[in-house]
Amino acid sequence: MLLRKLLGDQGYKTVKKGMCDEHPIFAAGLGICSALAISNKVENAIAMGAGVTFVLIATAVMISTLRSLIPLRVRIITYMIIIASFVITVQMFLDAFSPTISEALGPYVGLIITNCIIMGRAEAFFMQNKVYHSVLDAISNGLAYSCTLIAISVVREVLGFGTLLGISVMPDSYEKWVVMTMAPGAFFLLGIAIWISKTISERRSEESKA
Amino acid sequence: MAHLITIFIAAILTHNIALTYLLGMCPFVSLSRSVKTAFGMSFAVIFVITLTAAINWPIHRLLVYYNSEIISYIVFIIIIAASVQLVEMIMERFFPSLQASFGIFLPLITVNCTVLAVSLFMVLREYSYIATLVFAFGSAVGWMLAIMIVAAINEKLKLIGDVPKGLRGTGIIMIIAGIIALAFLGFGGMVDIK
Repeated sequence: MLLRKLLGDQGYKTVKKGMCDEHPIFAAGLGICSALAISNKVENAIAMGAGVTFVLIATAVMISTLRSLIPLRVRIITYMIIIASFVITVQMFLDAFSPTISEALGPYVGLIITNCIIMGRAEAFFMQNKVYHSVLDAISNGLAYSCTLIAISVVREVLGFGTLLGISVMPDSYEKWVVMTMAPGAFFLLGIAIWISKTISERRSEESKA
Repeated sequence: MAHLITIFIAAILTHNIALTYLLGMCPFVSLSRSVKTAFGMSFAVIFVITLTAAINWPIHRLLVYYNSEIISYIVFIIIIAASVQLVEMIMERFFPSLQASFGIFLPLITVNCTVLAVSLFMVLREYSYIATLVFAFGSAVGWMLAIMIVAAINEKLKLIGDVPKGLRGTGIIMIIAGIIALAFLGFGGMVDIK
């Protein structure tokens, strides 16, 4: 409950909403593309999660500061331009500091622009709320997204390559599940993850009713 | 000519943009519940993807010429947003019933990753203008094929109706798409593009 004192009542509610009740991938079904495509190796997942979280926070600051100045009719294009500028920064940073990850991510860095989480939060939250709450919302959504991405990538890398962050963790006799490194593995894993999370949340809501 | 046919077939089957590159999943999940909306949406996507690729290619050349490639993301996304607006206006005028069934999803083509991805792949793979058009059209047709298959299976599955409770909705679409992707792996090695 330290967190609740630290953030204030409304801030705590915002964080809890972003992290569990309205989890961007499981509950809202947003940002699935990159969750599927980038999760074959843990290091890629970490880079992608960090990139998306950074863009989310920066966009939250920008949009919630400018929200009274943005004309309603052209707001979507305004979001796009703001998001695209930050994505260019991420791309330049990756190119400069770790060219190997930048190459592995390929076009998916540019595709952060069309990650629905950022657009969705901008439209649903950043436009209506003050900077402080928007940043809290951005951080909790970004963290929820990154954690999911990393969790899926851990399973996929261990089963598909027999490694974890490039270090071999499985015995030599282990037969690699090649399908886990490819598209079908991603679909199956995410499907199962959604199944589990939905069952848990349904059970919880039934318990609270009873 | 053979090169163009290779690109076209690869974009539809072996390098399907939805089932191999895992792009365009948000509308995939939300629209693949009925065949009719999936069909209408895919036509809009085919039109927008081909149109934006046709506009983005010369503009990218222009940016390279002026040595300002760095802003290409911004330029691409603005062009995509503008074309979507155009399609929306045309639809509102001529196909109001189709428009009513899309609801919120038409503006969301802007955030459909496939549209931007085609422009980014075109830059990354250094296609010529004709090859870009063929690749864009092929990718869009491939996306349509994928979403139609999943939507049809999903509709039939609803009639039988014994999907586990927690798996209904997004979960089962993921599983269906996984099985279809597994089937599409069988096309691998038929044609190859870099």
